[in-house]
Amino acid sequence: MRITCPLCGERDRREFYYKGAALVRPAEGEDLDAWHQYVNLRENPAGPLDELWYHEMGCNSWLKVTRNTATHEILAVQLASEAGLGGQK
Amino acid sequence: MRFSGWRVLREGLTGNKGWKPHWRDPEPKSEYDVVIIGGGGHGLATAYYLAKEHGITNVAVLEKGYLGGGNVGRNTTIVRANYYLPGNSEFYSHSLRLWEGMEQDLNYNAMMSQRGIINLFHNDGQRDAAVRRGNSIVNQGDDAEILSRDDLRRMAPFLNFDNARFPIMGGLMQRRAGTARHDAVAWGYARAADMRGVDLIQNCEVTGIDVENGKVVGVQTARGPIRAKKVALAAAGRSGQVAAMAGLTLPIESHVLQAFVSEGLKPIVDHVITFAEGHLYISQSDKGGMVFGSYLDFYSSYAARGNLPMVEHTMESFVAMVPALSKARLLRSWGGIMDMTPDGSPIIDHSPIDGLYLNCGWCYGGFKATPGSGSVYAHLIATDRPHGAATKFKLDRFRSGVGLMDEEGTGAQHNLH
Repeated sequence: MRITCPLCGERDRREFYYKGAALVRPAEGEDLDAWHQYVNLRENPAGPLDELWYHEMGCNSWLKVTRNTATHEILAVQLASEAGLGGQK
Repeated sequence: MRFSGWRVLREGLTGNKGWKPHWRDPEPKSEYDVVIIGGGGHGLATAYYLAKEHGITNVAVLEKGYLGGGNVGRNTTIVRANYYLPGNSEFYSHSLRLWEGMEQDLNYNAMMSQRGIINLFHNDGQRDAAVRRGNSIVNQGDDAEILSRDDLRRMAPFLNFDNARFPIMGGLMQRRAGTARHDAVAWGYARAADMRGVDLIQNCEVTGIDVENGKVVGVQTARGPIRAKKVALAAAGRSGQVAAMAGLTLPIESHVLQAFVSEGLKPIVDHVITFAEGHLYISQSDKGGMVFGSYLDFYSSYAARGNLPMVEHTMESFVAMVPALSKARLLRSWGGIMDMTPDGSPIIDHSPIDGLYLNCGWCYGGFKATPGSGSVYAHLIATDRPHGAATKFKLDRFRSGVGLMDEEGTGAQHNLH
Protein backbone atom coordinates (compact mmCIF):
# COMPACT_ATOMS: atom_id res chain seq x y z
CA MET A 1 0.00 0.00 0.00
CA ARG A 2 1.44 3.36 -1.04
CA ILE A 3 0.03 6.79 -0.25
CA THR A 4 0.63 9.87 -2.37
CA CYS A 5 1.32 12.71 0.05
CA PRO A 6 0.30 16.07 -1.49
CA LEU A 7 3.64 17.53 -0.35
CA CYS A 8 6.09 14.61 -0.67
CA GLY A 9 4.70 12.45 -3.46
CA GLU A 10 4.08 8.69 -3.46
CA ARG A 11 5.50 7.02 -0.37
CA ASP A 12 5.49 3.60 1.29
CA ARG A 13 2.88 2.82 3.94
CA ARG A 14 5.68 2.52 6.50
CA GLU A 15 6.17 6.29 6.48
CA PHE A 16 2.64 6.86 7.76
CA TYR A 17 0.93 6.43 11.11
CA TYR A 18 -2.73 5.45 10.96
CA LYS A 19 -5.18 7.30 13.21
CA GLY A 20 -8.55 6.01 12.03
CA ALA A 21 -11.76 7.39 10.62
CA ALA A 22 -11.61 11.13 9.83
CA LEU A 23 -14.32 12.51 12.10
CA VAL A 24 -15.13 16.09 13.06
CA ARG A 25 -14.25 16.65 16.72
CA PRO A 26 -17.21 17.78 18.83
CA ALA A 27 -17.10 21.18 20.48
CA GLU A 28 -15.91 21.33 24.08
CA GLY A 29 -19.34 21.60 25.67
CA GLU A 30 -21.04 18.87 23.64
CA ASP A 31 -22.88 16.17 25.57
CA LEU A 32 -21.66 12.66 26.41
CA ASP A 33 -23.41 11.08 23.43
CA ALA A 34 -21.61 13.33 20.95
CA TRP A 35 -18.24 12.45 22.49
CA HIS A 36 -19.13 8.75 22.72
CA GLN A 37 -19.91 8.81 19.02
CA TYR A 38 -16.64 10.58 18.22
CA VAL A 39 -14.37 8.53 20.48
CA ASN A 40 -15.89 5.05 20.26
CA LEU A 41 -18.59 4.46 17.65
CA ARG A 42 -17.56 3.68 14.09
CA GLU A 43 -19.47 3.24 10.83
CA ASN A 44 -16.74 0.73 9.94
CA PRO A 45 -17.71 0.36 6.26
CA ALA A 46 -16.41 -2.31 3.89
CA GLY A 47 -15.68 0.14 1.09
CA PRO A 48 -14.55 3.76 0.77
CA LEU A 49 -13.68 5.36 4.12
CA ASP A 50 -12.28 8.81 4.95
CA GLU A 51 -9.32 8.33 7.27
CA LEU A 52 -6.62 10.32 9.01
CA TRP A 53 -3.01 9.32 8.32
CA TYR A 54 0.02 11.13 9.71
CA HIS A 55 3.12 11.44 7.51
CA GLU A 56 5.38 10.69 10.42
CA MET A 57 8.54 9.86 8.45
CA GLY A 58 7.99 12.63 5.92
CA CYS A 59 6.59 16.13 6.16
CA ASN A 60 4.68 15.55 9.45
CA SER A 61 1.39 16.51 7.79
CA TRP A 62 -1.93 15.05 8.83
CA LEU A 63 -3.66 13.73 5.71
CA LYS A 64 -7.26 12.93 4.97
CA VAL A 65 -7.03 9.76 2.88
CA THR A 66 -10.04 8.19 1.18
CA ARG A 67 -9.29 4.48 1.00
CA ASN A 68 -11.31 1.42 0.09
CA THR A 69 -11.12 -0.89 3.12
CA ALA A 70 -12.16 -3.89 1.03
CA THR A 71 -9.38 -3.54 -1.55
CA HIS A 72 -6.81 -1.16 0.07
CA GLU A 73 -7.08 1.11 -2.99
CA ILE A 74 -6.23 4.76 -2.21
CA LEU A 75 -8.94 6.89 -3.81
CA ALA A 76 -8.00 10.43 -2.76
CA VAL A 77 -5.51 12.24 -0.53
CA GLN A 78 -5.84 15.75 0.85
CA LEU A 79 -4.12 17.76 3.57
CA ALA A 80 -6.26 17.50 6.69
CA SER A 81 -5.77 21.20 7.29
CA GLU A 82 -7.65 21.87 4.04
CA ALA A 83 -10.37 19.27 4.68
CA GLY A 84 -12.38 21.12 7.31
CA LEU A 85 -11.53 18.66 10.09
CA GLY A 86 -10.42 21.32 12.55
CA GLY A 87 -13.36 20.61 14.82
CA GLN A 88 -16.45 22.49 15.83
CA LYS A 89 -15.90 25.73 17.67
CA MET B 1 -23.19 -41.83 14.25
CA ARG B 2 -20.65 -42.00 17.07
CA PHE B 3 -16.94 -41.86 16.47
CA SER B 4 -14.65 -44.33 18.21
CA GLY B 5 -11.47 -46.27 17.62
CA TRP B 6 -13.55 -49.37 17.03
CA ARG B 7 -15.61 -47.55 14.40
CA VAL B 8 -12.49 -46.40 12.53
CA LEU B 9 -11.20 -50.00 12.53
CA ARG B 10 -14.50 -51.40 11.29
CA GLU B 11 -14.86 -48.81 8.55
CA GLY B 12 -11.27 -49.38 7.50
CA LEU B 13 -11.97 -53.07 7.02
CA THR B 14 -15.26 -52.54 5.17
CA GLY B 15 -14.23 -49.96 2.58
CA ASN B 16 -15.23 -46.86 4.58
CA LYS B 17 -18.76 -47.14 3.21
CA GLY B 18 -20.52 -46.45 6.51
CA TRP B 19 -19.55 -42.79 7.03
CA LYS B 20 -22.43 -40.37 6.71
CA PRO B 21 -22.51 -36.55 6.35
CA HIS B 22 -21.83 -34.97 9.73
CA TRP B 23 -24.88 -32.71 9.60
CA ARG B 24 -28.10 -32.17 7.66
CA ASP B 25 -28.57 -29.47 5.03
CA PRO B 26 -32.10 -28.33 5.92
CA GLU B 27 -34.32 -25.76 4.22
CA PRO B 28 -34.96 -22.80 6.53
CA LYS B 29 -38.25 -22.95 8.43
CA SER B 30 -40.48 -19.87 8.52
CA GLU B 31 -39.95 -19.31 12.24
CA TYR B 32 -37.46 -20.13 15.00
CA ASP B 33 -37.17 -19.35 18.70
CA VAL B 34 -33.59 -18.19 18.19
CA VAL B 35 -31.78 -17.21 14.99
CA ILE B 36 -28.00 -16.94 15.24
CA ILE B 37 -26.32 -14.85 12.55
CA GLY B 38 -22.92 -16.33 11.76
CA GLY B 39 -21.92 -19.98 11.39
CA GLY B 40 -18.39 -19.71 12.75
CA GLY B 41 -16.99 -21.12 15.95
CA HIS B 42 -18.87 -18.79 18.28
CA GLY B 43 -22.22 -19.08 16.48
CA LEU B 44 -22.06 -22.87 16.30
CA ALA B 45 -20.92 -23.19 19.92
CA THR B 46 -23.76 -20.89 21.00
CA ALA B 47 -26.28 -23.07 19.17
CA TYR B 48 -24.84 -26.19 20.78
CA TYR B 49 -24.98 -24.82 24.33
CA LEU B 50 -28.49 -23.40 23.77
CA ALA B 51 -29.61 -26.92 22.93
CA LYS B 52 -27.54 -28.77 25.50
CA GLU B 53 -27.66 -26.50 28.55
CA HIS B 54 -30.97 -24.73 28.07
CA GLY B 55 -33.08 -27.18 26.02
CA ILE B 56 -33.71 -24.61 23.30
CA THR B 57 -33.51 -26.58 20.06
CA ASN B 58 -35.76 -24.59 17.72
CA VAL B 59 -32.67 -22.70 16.61
CA ALA B 60 -31.20 -21.77 13.23
CA VAL B 61 -27.62 -20.78 12.53
CA LEU B 62 -27.53 -18.65 9.37
CA GLU B 63 -24.20 -18.58 7.54
CA LYS B 64 -23.62 -16.50 4.42
CA GLY B 65 -20.86 -18.79 3.14
CA TYR B 66 -19.95 -22.21 4.49
CA LEU B 67 -19.66 -23.30 8.11
CA GLY B 68 -16.36 -22.36 9.70
CA GLY B 69 -15.21 -20.39 6.67
CA GLY B 70 -14.38 -17.23 8.58
CA ASN B 71 -11.97 -16.51 11.40
CA VAL B 72 -12.35 -19.94 13.02
CA GLY B 73 -10.57 -21.31 9.97
CA ARG B 74 -8.06 -18.46 9.71
CA ASN B 75 -6.33 -18.24 13.10
CA THR B 76 -3.18 -19.61 14.70
CA THR B 77 -5.09 -22.18 16.82
CA ILE B 78 -3.80 -21.10 20.24
CA VAL B 79 -5.79 -21.90 23.38
CA ARG B 80 -4.86 -20.30 26.71
CA ALA B 81 -6.22 -18.66 29.86
CA ASN B 82 -3.39 -16.37 30.89
CA TYR B 83 -5.27 -13.09 31.22
CA TYR B 84 -4.80 -10.62 34.01
CA LEU B 85 -7.79 -8.32 34.45
CA PRO B 86 -10.96 -9.31 36.30
CA GLY B 87 -13.58 -9.87 33.63
CA ASN B 88 -11.21 -11.45 31.16
CA SER B 89 -9.56 -13.63 33.80
CA GLU B 90 -12.61 -15.63 34.89
CA PHE B 91 -14.01 -15.80 31.36
CA TYR B 92 -10.93 -17.38 29.76
CA SER B 93 -10.59 -19.67 32.76
CA HIS B 94 -14.15 -20.87 32.11
CA SER B 95 -13.34 -21.26 28.43
CA LEU B 96 -10.18 -23.31 29.05
CA ARG B 97 -12.08 -25.73 31.27
CA LEU B 98 -14.61 -26.22 28.48
CA TRP B 99 -11.76 -26.81 26.01
CA GLU B 100 -10.47 -29.59 28.24
CA GLY B 101 -13.76 -31.49 28.12
CA MET B 102 -14.79 -30.54 24.60
CA GLU B 103 -13.72 -33.61 22.67
CA GLN B 104 -15.53 -36.01 24.99
CA ASP B 105 -18.52 -33.70 25.15
CA LEU B 106 -18.80 -33.42 21.36
CA ASN B 107 -17.54 -36.92 20.53
CA TYR B 108 -15.24 -35.23 18.04
CA ASN B 109 -11.48 -35.17 17.70
CA ALA B 110 -10.48 -31.51 17.93
CA MET B 111 -6.80 -32.49 18.34
CA MET B 112 -6.67 -30.52 21.58
CA SER B 113 -3.00 -30.47 22.49
CA GLN B 114 -2.11 -29.06 25.92
CA ARG B 115 1.50 -28.51 25.02
CA GLY B 116 1.82 -25.37 27.15
CA ILE B 117 2.45 -21.75 26.31
CA ILE B 118 5.63 -19.91 27.25
CA ASN B 119 5.70 -16.10 27.26
CA LEU B 120 9.38 -15.12 27.19
CA PHE B 121 10.69 -12.04 28.96
CA HIS B 122 13.85 -10.08 28.31
CA ASN B 123 14.35 -7.69 31.24
CA ASP B 124 13.53 -7.12 34.92
CA GLY B 125 10.41 -5.09 34.19
CA GLN B 126 8.94 -7.78 31.99
CA ARG B 127 9.83 -10.41 34.61
CA ASP B 128 7.97 -8.45 37.30
CA ALA B 129 4.96 -8.12 35.03
CA ALA B 130 5.09 -11.85 34.25
CA VAL B 131 5.24 -12.79 37.95
CA ARG B 132 2.32 -10.49 38.70
CA ARG B 133 0.31 -11.95 35.83
CA GLY B 134 1.24 -15.47 36.91
CA ASN B 135 -0.02 -14.80 40.45
CA SER B 136 -3.25 -13.46 39.02
CA ILE B 137 -3.67 -16.60 36.91
CA VAL B 138 -3.06 -18.83 39.95
CA ASN B 139 -5.62 -16.79 41.89
CA GLN B 140 -8.19 -17.34 39.17
CA GLY B 141 -7.66 -21.08 39.69
CA ASP B 142 -5.47 -21.91 36.71
CA ASP B 143 -1.84 -22.88 36.44
CA ALA B 144 1.13 -20.61 35.88
CA GLU B 145 4.81 -20.94 36.64
CA ILE B 146 7.94 -18.90 36.09
CA LEU B 147 10.66 -20.65 34.13
CA SER B 148 14.29 -19.74 34.62
CA ARG B 149 16.80 -19.33 31.84
CA ASP B 150 18.18 -22.78 32.65
CA ASP B 151 14.71 -24.34 32.51
CA LEU B 152 14.27 -22.82 29.09
CA ARG B 153 17.67 -23.99 27.88
CA ARG B 154 16.54 -27.54 28.59
CA MET B 155 13.02 -27.15 27.15
CA ALA B 156 13.76 -24.99 24.11
CA PRO B 157 17.48 -25.02 23.35
CA PHE B 158 16.95 -23.52 19.90
CA LEU B 159 15.99 -20.09 21.29
CA ASN B 160 18.37 -17.17 20.86
CA PHE B 161 19.24 -16.69 24.54
CA ASP B 162 21.97 -14.12 24.04
CA ASN B 163 20.41 -11.76 21.52
CA ALA B 164 22.15 -8.43 22.14
CA ARG B 165 18.94 -6.41 22.45
CA PHE B 166 16.49 -9.06 23.66
CA PRO B 167 18.34 -11.64 25.79
CA ILE B 168 15.96 -14.27 27.15
CA MET B 169 15.86 -14.15 30.95
CA GLY B 170 13.01 -16.59 31.46
CA GLY B 171 9.38 -17.17 30.73
CA LEU B 172 5.88 -17.40 32.14
CA MET B 173 4.43 -20.80 31.38
CA GLN B 174 0.89 -22.14 31.46
CA ARG B 175 1.05 -25.90 30.94
CA ARG B 176 -2.67 -26.38 30.35
CA ALA B 177 -2.60 -24.01 27.37
CA GLY B 178 -1.86 -25.28 23.89
CA THR B 179 -3.41 -25.61 20.47
CA ALA B 180 -6.47 -27.22 18.88
CA ARG B 181 -7.38 -28.12 15.32
CA HIS B 182 -9.36 -25.00 14.44
CA ASP B 183 -11.61 -26.40 11.67
CA ALA B 184 -12.46 -29.45 13.75
CA VAL B 185 -13.72 -27.20 16.54
CA ALA B 186 -16.25 -25.65 14.15
CA TRP B 187 -17.17 -29.03 12.68
CA GLY B 188 -17.48 -30.65 16.09
CA TYR B 189 -19.86 -27.98 17.38
CA ALA B 190 -21.78 -28.02 14.08
CA ARG B 191 -22.29 -31.77 14.22
CA ALA B 192 -23.21 -31.77 17.90
CA ALA B 193 -25.68 -28.88 17.45
CA ASP B 194 -27.23 -30.56 14.42
CA MET B 195 -27.67 -33.82 16.35
CA ARG B 196 -29.65 -31.89 18.96
CA GLY B 197 -32.00 -30.48 16.32
CA VAL B 198 -30.42 -27.14 15.42
CA ASP B 199 -30.80 -26.18 11.74
CA LEU B 200 -27.48 -25.16 10.18
CA ILE B 201 -28.31 -23.13 7.08
CA GLN B 202 -25.44 -22.29 4.78
CA ASN B 203 -25.34 -19.92 1.80
CA CYS B 204 -27.94 -17.88 3.62
CA GLU B 205 -26.77 -14.29 3.96
CA VAL B 206 -28.82 -12.08 6.26
CA THR B 207 -29.85 -8.97 4.32
CA GLY B 208 -32.04 -7.26 6.91
CA ILE B 209 -33.10 -7.38 10.55
CA ASP B 210 -36.80 -6.74 11.16
CA VAL B 211 -37.57 -4.58 14.17
CA GLU B 212 -41.10 -3.59 15.22
CA ASN B 213 -41.79 -1.24 18.13
CA GLY B 214 -38.26 -1.63 19.47
CA LYS B 215 -38.41 -5.42 19.39
CA VAL B 216 -36.78 -7.77 16.93
CA VAL B 217 -39.24 -9.98 15.03
CA GLY B 218 -37.12 -11.71 12.41
CA VAL B 219 -34.57 -11.44 9.63
CA GLN B 220 -34.55 -11.09 5.86
CA THR B 221 -32.20 -13.52 4.16
CA ALA B 222 -31.00 -14.57 0.73
CA ARG B 223 -33.32 -17.57 1.17
CA GLY B 224 -36.39 -15.62 2.24
CA PRO B 225 -37.70 -14.03 5.43
CA ILE B 226 -37.43 -15.91 8.73
CA ARG B 227 -39.36 -14.90 11.83
CA ALA B 228 -37.56 -15.17 15.15
CA LYS B 229 -38.31 -14.44 18.80
CA LYS B 230 -34.65 -13.72 19.43
CA VAL B 231 -31.80 -12.85 17.08
CA ALA B 232 -28.18 -13.27 18.15
CA LEU B 233 -25.22 -11.75 16.32
CA ALA B 234 -22.02 -13.76 16.03
CA ALA B 235 -20.54 -12.18 12.93
CA ALA B 236 -17.00 -11.35 14.10
CA GLY B 237 -15.31 -8.92 11.70
CA ARG B 238 -18.60 -8.25 9.90
CA SER B 239 -20.46 -7.34 13.11
CA GLY B 240 -20.62 -3.67 12.17
CA GLN B 241 -22.47 -4.36 8.94
CA VAL B 242 -24.89 -6.81 10.52
CA ALA B 243 -25.63 -4.42 13.40
CA ALA B 244 -26.19 -1.60 10.91
CA MET B 245 -29.14 -3.58 9.51
CA ALA B 246 -30.82 -2.99 12.86
CA GLY B 247 -29.79 0.66 12.89
CA LEU B 248 -27.00 0.16 15.44
CA THR B 249 -23.49 1.59 15.33
CA LEU B 250 -20.94 -0.41 17.31
CA PRO B 251 -17.68 0.68 18.98
CA ILE B 252 -15.77 -1.53 16.55
CA GLU B 253 -13.18 -1.08 13.81
CA SER B 254 -12.37 -4.09 11.62
CA HIS B 255 -8.64 -4.59 11.14
CA VAL B 256 -6.50 -7.18 9.39
CA LEU B 257 -4.29 -9.62 11.31
CA GLN B 258 -1.93 -11.76 9.27
CA ALA B 259 -0.82 -15.32 9.97
CA PHE B 260 1.89 -17.46 8.42
CA VAL B 261 2.87 -21.09 7.95
CA SER B 262 6.29 -22.40 6.98
CA GLU B 263 7.06 -25.57 5.07
CA GLY B 264 6.87 -28.78 7.09
CA LEU B 265 9.89 -29.36 9.35
CA LYS B 266 11.00 -32.07 11.75
CA PRO B 267 9.61 -31.60 15.28
CA ILE B 268 11.55 -28.89 17.09
CA VAL B 269 9.15 -26.43 18.78
CA ASP B 270 7.28 -28.41 21.46
CA HIS B 271 5.26 -25.52 22.94
CA VAL B 272 3.52 -22.32 21.97
CA ILE B 273 6.19 -19.65 22.48
CA THR B 274 5.83 -15.88 22.41
CA PHE B 275 8.64 -13.36 22.06
CA ALA B 276 8.22 -10.23 24.19
CA GLU B 277 10.27 -8.06 21.83
CA GLY B 278 7.11 -7.51 19.86
CA HIS B 279 4.07 -9.68 19.64
CA LEU B 280 5.40 -12.79 17.89
CA TYR B 281 3.84 -16.16 18.72
CA ILE B 282 4.83 -19.49 17.20
CA SER B 283 3.86 -23.12 17.45
CA GLN B 284 4.51 -26.15 15.28
CA SER B 285 1.59 -27.91 13.67
CA ASP B 286 1.23 -31.68 13.54
CA LYS B 287 2.23 -31.50 9.88
CA GLY B 288 5.48 -29.82 10.93
CA GLY B 289 4.80 -26.29 9.71
CA MET B 290 5.68 -23.35 11.92
CA VAL B 291 2.43 -21.47 12.56
CA PHE B 292 3.07 -17.89 13.60
CA GLY B 293 1.94 -14.30 13.56
CA SER B 294 2.44 -11.00 15.32
CA TYR B 295 0.77 -7.59 15.24
CA LEU B 296 -2.20 -6.22 13.38
CA ASP B 297 -1.37 -4.25 10.25
CA PHE B 298 -2.97 -1.30 12.11
CA TYR B 299 -5.40 0.07 9.55
CA SER B 300 -9.07 -0.70 8.90
CA SER B 301 -9.47 -3.53 6.42
CA TYR B 302 -11.90 -6.13 5.15
CA ALA B 303 -9.48 -7.42 2.51
CA ALA B 304 -8.52 -10.60 4.44
CA ARG B 305 -4.93 -9.98 3.33
CA GLY B 306 -2.27 -7.67 4.67
CA ASN B 307 0.69 -5.64 3.49
CA LEU B 308 4.37 -6.47 3.27
CA PRO B 309 5.73 -4.22 6.07
CA MET B 310 4.05 -6.40 8.70
CA VAL B 311 5.24 -9.53 6.90
CA GLU B 312 8.78 -8.22 7.11
CA HIS B 313 8.42 -7.28 10.78
CA THR B 314 7.06 -10.71 11.66
CA MET B 315 9.87 -12.53 9.83
CA GLU B 316 12.46 -10.33 11.58
CA SER B 317 10.96 -11.18 14.96
CA PHE B 318 10.88 -14.86 14.08
CA VAL B 319 14.53 -15.12 13.09
CA ALA B 320 15.57 -12.96 16.04
CA MET B 321 13.94 -15.50 18.36
CA VAL B 322 14.85 -18.70 16.50
CA PRO B 323 17.85 -18.05 14.23
CA ALA B 324 18.12 -21.80 13.54
CA LEU B 325 14.96 -21.59 11.44
CA SER B 326 16.00 -18.58 9.38
CA LYS B 327 16.35 -20.79 6.29
CA ALA B 328 12.84 -22.23 6.61
CA ARG B 329 10.69 -21.28 3.66
CA LEU B 330 7.34 -19.64 4.07
CA LEU B 331 4.55 -21.76 2.65
CA ARG B 332 1.61 -19.38 2.82
CA SER B 333 0.12 -16.42 4.62
CA TRP B 334 -3.35 -15.04 5.03
CA GLY B 335 -5.31 -12.39 6.88
CA GLY B 336 -8.35 -12.47 9.13
CA ILE B 337 -10.83 -9.65 9.78
CA MET B 338 -10.61 -8.67 13.44
CA ASP B 339 -13.45 -6.83 15.19
CA MET B 340 -11.42 -4.46 17.35
CA THR B 341 -12.98 -2.64 20.32
CA PRO B 342 -11.41 0.46 21.89
CA ASP B 343 -10.21 -1.43 25.00
CA GLY B 344 -9.29 -4.70 23.29
CA SER B 345 -11.90 -6.76 25.16
CA PRO B 346 -15.12 -8.26 23.80
CA ILE B 347 -18.80 -7.41 24.08
CA ILE B 348 -21.40 -10.02 25.08
CA ASP B 349 -24.54 -8.16 25.98
CA HIS B 350 -28.09 -7.16 25.17
CA SER B 351 -28.38 -4.63 22.39
CA PRO B 352 -30.62 -1.57 22.79
CA ILE B 353 -33.21 -3.50 20.74
CA ASP B 354 -35.37 -5.99 22.62
CA GLY B 355 -34.54 -9.57 21.62
CA LEU B 356 -31.37 -8.67 19.73
CA TYR B 357 -28.11 -9.86 21.33
CA LEU B 358 -24.52 -8.88 20.66
CA ASN B 359 -21.43 -11.07 20.69
CA CYS B 360 -18.58 -9.19 19.05
CA GLY B 361 -15.35 -7.30 19.61
CA TRP B 362 -13.17 -10.39 19.96
CA CYS B 363 -10.20 -8.48 18.61
CA TYR B 364 -7.50 -11.09 17.94
CA GLY B 365 -8.57 -13.42 20.75
CA GLY B 366 -11.66 -15.10 19.42
CA PHE B 367 -10.45 -18.64 18.85
CA LYS B 368 -9.44 -19.49 22.42
CA ALA B 369 -12.75 -18.01 23.54
CA THR B 370 -14.88 -20.25 21.30
CA PRO B 371 -16.37 -22.67 23.87
CA GLY B 372 -16.56 -20.03 26.61
CA SER B 373 -18.21 -17.55 24.30
CA GLY B 374 -20.79 -20.08 23.13
CA SER B 375 -21.53 -21.12 26.69
CA VAL B 376 -22.00 -17.64 28.18
CA TYR B 377 -23.80 -16.28 25.11
CA ALA B 378 -26.27 -19.15 25.18
CA HIS B 379 -26.85 -18.37 28.87
CA LEU B 380 -27.54 -14.71 28.09
CA ILE B 381 -29.93 -15.55 25.24
CA ALA B 382 -31.80 -18.20 27.22
CA THR B 383 -32.10 -16.41 30.57
CA ASP B 384 -31.64 -12.73 29.65
CA ARG B 385 -29.03 -12.52 32.41
CA PRO B 386 -25.25 -12.56 31.94
CA HIS B 387 -23.40 -15.75 32.83
CA GLY B 388 -21.29 -15.47 35.98
CA ALA B 389 -18.09 -15.74 33.93
CA ALA B 390 -19.07 -12.88 31.61
CA THR B 391 -20.55 -10.12 33.71
CA LYS B 392 -18.16 -7.40 32.57
CA PHE B 393 -18.43 -7.62 28.76
CA LYS B 394 -20.91 -4.73 28.73
CA LEU B 395 -21.67 -2.61 25.70
CA ASP B 396 -22.17 0.58 27.73
CA ARG B 397 -18.69 0.51 29.30
CA PHE B 398 -17.41 2.55 26.37
CA ARG B 399 -20.02 5.28 26.77
CA SER B 400 -19.72 5.50 30.56
CA GLY B 401 -16.00 4.76 30.81
CA VAL B 402 -16.78 2.48 33.76
CA GLY B 403 -15.45 -1.08 33.60
CA LEU B 404 -13.12 -0.70 30.63
CA MET B 405 -10.81 -3.70 30.33
CA ASP B 406 -7.58 -2.49 28.79
CA GLU B 407 -5.59 -5.70 29.17
CA GLU B 408 -2.46 -4.31 27.53
CA GLY B 409 -2.53 -1.01 29.39
CA THR B 410 -2.11 0.97 26.18
CA GLY B 411 -5.21 3.13 26.55
CA ALA B 412 -8.86 2.45 25.77
CA GLN B 413 -9.21 3.95 22.34
CA HIS B 414 -9.28 2.68 18.80
CA ASN B 415 -6.07 1.77 17.02
CA LEU B 416 -4.08 1.13 20.20
CA HIS B 417 -4.67 -2.63 20.42
